[in-house]
Amino acid sequence: MSDAKRTPAPHIAEVGRPPIPEAVLKVAAEFSGEVDQAGRFPAETFAALRERGLLGAFVPGICGGQGSTLARVASDCQALGAACSTSGMILAMHHIQVACLARHALGAPWQTAFLRRVASDQLLLASSTSEAEIGGALRTSGCAIVRHKSRFEVVKRASAISYAKNADAILVTARAHEEAAPGDQVLAVLERDGLMLEPQNEWDAMGMRGTGTGAFILTGKGAVRQILATPFADIAACTMVPISHILWAAVWTGIAGDAVARARAFLRKKPPATDGSLPAGAVALAEAVEQLQLAEARIRTAIAAFDWRTPSLPSFAAAAADNGLKTGVSDVCLAAAQQAMTVCGFAGYARQGPFSVSRHLRDLHSAPLMIANGRMRESAARLLLAQKPLLGLD
Amino acid sequence: MGHEGTEGAIREILAAYGRLNRPAAEIALDADLFAVGLDSQAVVNVMLAIEERFDFEFPENRLNRAAFTTLRSIAEVVENARASA
Repeated sequence: MSDAKRTPAPHIAEVGRPPIPEAVLKVAAEFSGEVDQAGRFPAETFAALRERGLLGAFVPGICGGQGSTLARVASDCQALGAACSTSGMILAMHHIQVACLARHALGAPWQTAFLRRVASDQLLLASSTSEAEIGGALRTSGCAIVRHKSRFEVVKRASAISYAKNADAILVTARAHEEAAPGDQVLAVLERDGLMLEPQNEWDAMGMRGTGTGAFILTGKGAVRQILATPFADIAACTMVPISHILWAAVWTGIAGDAVARARAFLRKKPPATDGSLPAGAVALAEAVEQLQLAEARIRTAIAAFDWRTPSLPSFAAAAADNGLKTGVSDVCLAAAQQAMTVCGFAGYARQGPFSVSRHLRDLHSAPLMIANGRMRESAARLLLAQKPLLGLD
Repeated sequence: MGHEGTEGAIREILAAYGRLNRPAAEIALDADLFAVGLDSQAVVNVMLAIEERFDFEFPENRLNRAAFTTLRSIAEVVENARASA
């Protein structure tokens, strides 16, 4: 994206500390093409984020972090996603893990000390939930924690871990013990020195190429106190699922927003028609903006409804709304990027140039797939049979 | 139907819809149902079957996972709904 005049992403919120610095976004945009082409980790972006302590955004102030609000973090993810999709998504995935620790393990000595290190050493956290035999079902594990006195071991056939090789620690789900039911899960923090990762495939994907999302046989060893005491069922329902959907959605609106900004720049470059008529494609721009504004409004609503201080189990209707946020925004963002391509024509289809939106479109094709929208809508439908939807302007 | 009748009926419903990994009749009143296989999909079917069986609507504020954590928590919701009916 180095060749484009980047239009700053519309910020979701302006609260607390200032937005992610322009200098970080510049670095991310400069290397976004290379990261995409080589399918490599955006090391330059993360060096810039670390330099400014931004990996500690969600770490509470008492642990030396920035204690940023969800609104601010979502806005960071959006802006970074606009500059480099891969960087934005990795930052979002990192923050989701930190949020789980900050909301469910603050007070536990090991996790509190770990959070301090996330802030002081700017550790990058990754996640391993999906499993070869299980698929992407978050609330089901096959592998189990095997305890030996104060130590434990876990072996997981992880079907997808993003940036595993570049992470300082991975938060891993597993059954609580060898006899536990698939849904009786815990979340364990495994640091790099306690992790062995055997790659099972190469990540060579259509988009989000720098996330390096591969399958691994993960062998982890650690002290039992590295396992969060709160059952994963509660962590998932109160934090991991809703925060994931908000932050992913923020990244997607950032990517789509940049595509739309390029489409607008393309239209503005055309010489104005002497008869006052609109350039071809101008209406598609209006449609794309209209859709993105609806998506952003939906994200703002979700952020406003989220009570950071008191983790509580969402009602069935709220859980269905969380799903709807993800499915709705992912579809809308992909459609908006497609509109941007329609506006830009072959300048958009090109892989380079200021009006190229082909990478945006490729990257956004991952949005409806990362937890398939079809499956999420089935689950929302089931919840909505149980409880009437959250509708109404009151 | 007394408290034991309610509990028995809930066990029958859990056996039919809960997809538990052990017989519903053997589950202790305070055992975590999610630890014996109940999941978020099955919860909804259990809830709908309970509404049908006891002919009431689950109160809005109990429509979350917590109400379905144990046999006792489900029975409490049912008994409270019946008491206030």
